[in-house]
Amino acid sequence: MSNAELTLTEDGIPLKQKLAKTTALQRRRAFLLTMPLVLFLVISFVIPIGQMLFSSVHNDKVSAVVPTFAEAIIQWDGEGLPSEATFEIFVKDLAKAKKVREVGRTVGNMATRINYEMPGSRSLFTSTARKAKKIEAPYKENLIKINKKWANPAIWLTMQRAARDITPAFYVAALDLRYDEEGNVVRADELYQIYLDNFIKTLGVSALITLICVILAYPVAYLLSVLPLRQSNLLMIMVLLPFWTSLLVRTTAWIAILQTEGVINDMLVFLGFISDDGRIQMIYNQTGTIISMVHILLPFMILPLYSVMKTIPPSYMRAALSMGAKPMYAYRKVYLPQTLPGLAAGTLLVFILAIGYYITPALVGGEDGLLISNLIAYHIQKSLNWSLGAALGTILLVVVLILYWLYNKLIGIDKLRFG
Amino acid sequence: MKKLINKTLMATAISAAVAAGSVQAEDITVVSWGGAYTKSQVEAYHKPWMAQTGNTVVSEDYSGGLAEIKAQVEAGNVTWNLVDVELSDAVRGCDEGILEVIDSSILPAGADGTPAADDFLPGTVHECAVGNIVWSTIVAYDGSKTSGVNSMADFFDTAKIPGKRGLRKGPKPNLEMALMADGVAPGDVYEVLSTDAGIDRAFAKLDSIRDSVVWWEAGAQPPQLLADGEVVMTTAYNGRIFNAVAAEGKPFEIMWDGQVWDLDLWVIPKGAKNMEATLDFIKFSTGTQALADQASWISYGPVRKSSAPLVSSYHNQPDLKMAPHMPTAPANFGGALQNDFEFWADNQDQLNERFNAWLSK
Repeated sequence: MSNAELTLTEDGIPLKQKLAKTTALQRRRAFLLTMPLVLFLVISFVIPIGQMLFSSVHNDKVSAVVPTFAEAIIQWDGEGLPSEATFEIFVKDLAKAKKVREVGRTVGNMATRINYEMPGSRSLFTSTARKAKKIEAPYKENLIKINKKWANPAIWLTMQRAARDITPAFYVAALDLRYDEEGNVVRADELYQIYLDNFIKTLGVSALITLICVILAYPVAYLLSVLPLRQSNLLMIMVLLPFWTSLLVRTTAWIAILQTEGVINDMLVFLGFISDDGRIQMIYNQTGTIISMVHILLPFMILPLYSVMKTIPPSYMRAALSMGAKPMYAYRKVYLPQTLPGLAAGTLLVFILAIGYYITPALVGGEDGLLISNLIAYHIQKSLNWSLGAALGTILLVVVLILYWLYNKLIGIDKLRFG
Repeated sequence: MKKLINKTLMATAISAAVAAGSVQAEDITVVSWGGAYTKSQVEAYHKPWMAQTGNTVVSEDYSGGLAEIKAQVEAGNVTWNLVDVELSDAVRGCDEGILEVIDSSILPAGADGTPAADDFLPGTVHECAVGNIVWSTIVAYDGSKTSGVNSMADFFDTAKIPGKRGLRKGPKPNLEMALMADGVAPGDVYEVLSTDAGIDRAFAKLDSIRDSVVWWEAGAQPPQLLADGEVVMTTAYNGRIFNAVAAEGKPFEIMWDGQVWDLDLWVIPKGAKNMEATLDFIKFSTGTQALADQASWISYGPVRKSSAPLVSSYHNQPDLKMAPHMPTAPANFGGALQNDFEFWADNQDQLNERFNAWLSK
């Protein structure tokens, strides 16, 4: 195609080019309008998530406290005990570190870090550090004289692992694994296994909650879409009212209803179905978590379903019936497929909300109704093992992403209709 | 209600300060465990100190642990001036550099002239912390409904005394109590707990009452559980039970056998403001008189020897002598065990994990 054939604008530039240029400018200007949102997302979402990913694999509590020793121990071949020279560096670094009181760089910080992998070793570090200044050559012998635990190669292997800033140790812990004395990764003792079971339980409970929501929401959404305006409005208010009520109020209401001295138990005792001693435990356990979470998440299922059902003309079903389809057949072939986008959206919404739910299980979950987010909160707020909390959070994020990907494969995200 | 009280206090203090013509009034935020315990501190420490100095104390509640201190220090935004913590947290926080070092030479001598170093009970003044009380976890029951609770073994014996038991949700000090109930002498508890077999033994004992346990988390819960009849007996902080008896007339009894006692200490988060006023408050509140006054509001023992003779009776009931209700009273102290902060600093992560795993199965 030669230049002559192109339509030119007044200033001699081909129209196509000029047009592309103008629209590109407009697009860029339009994009500027989204900058506040982009910035907001970067600051409130991308950076924190990045930090979480980072702190789940990064912990410099050894190299920051005893830097020279950290370099030396990494070179060690792991046979027997480290050399006398390494012991000397360790003692001198420890004596120096004892004087530091800067947050994140104290002996206590390092001791806590090692104690994660070798429980019971914390006081070994803090007590030795108090004496480090006075320890003299031969360092190996004198250190072991202070505490014979220093003669155990396992403690030096653990320090060697922890001396590297980038570590898989917190994922090892988060997957119910541990390092044995030789430094191999093995299954943790069954009595200390907690996270994998909890991940599976969280997935199971979330799936169950989603299923119950589907069963409860489908007929309600259908009624909402077919009832005359006056009734359907009333019904809609009944759906939305709890939705607008504070989460805490709704959860507390369930406590009042379900507890052993609560409304339901009182009624059952009054009617003689159960004896006063045989009151049913319905809250502070998994049942309580499921009941209240279903109630709280139900509107997230009803609303997408309703918005889809509202757009299905009743004439389709009538047409199918008039052509001789049995009601069940017509429903399966004509109505149900059209509601799928809403169903898919509701399912995804409820499931993903449920999997990361925190406050309701914390209030009514008791002991066996706690979900993985409660364990994450425990490590952030109580045990202060932020790296382990971050590792658990990252695993949860990955699980959700995998599920989302599977969902996309099976149903197609573009088919979702949220309303 | 609490806020209202605090506001009223503040308002009173401010007007007092204005009336005194003080110009250098400072605010400090003092954080403690809430309820009857905080009230005792407000009455014995905050009010007199505010009246004396013209400064203002803002009282805040928390539920223990180092998480909030750590968060404030790491964010560089420290709003708390002084926090009441357990010994294990004081030691751990000091080790990790999130607490200020407190120079113990600032502590005044006792009212009887004993130098502070001799006046404070051994182990109650630490590099970063100054003790104020001795408290204890004990077993309490409703004396009008339950009887025959004489030893820790009875607490774990559901055949002898059927019904639900309240226990603190966490391994500490349940493991210690379980071992004592299983026949371990208080002096040997931590030695036994240092072995895997000992930990198994403690958990096996807990397992034996597991179905009868109601777990509590905040110190205010156990008296409530007893009052509601949710449990026949419960572990509790001794001062909370005393308060329910003295202030609310509840028929609760304390079983002192196997009590696990600990300290509460003042610590200053690193980078806290108004250091001068805060240190002055520490000096005032751990003085002989203030500690003795505090003990007239709740049955936690003062850490100064010189305070003991000044402790008399409950603040509004002259007939209710405080001494027999203290954890350290000779009659109560026989089967007592001191919480071993070093054991818990070493093992709490691992034991918490095992406890959580045990709970969820």
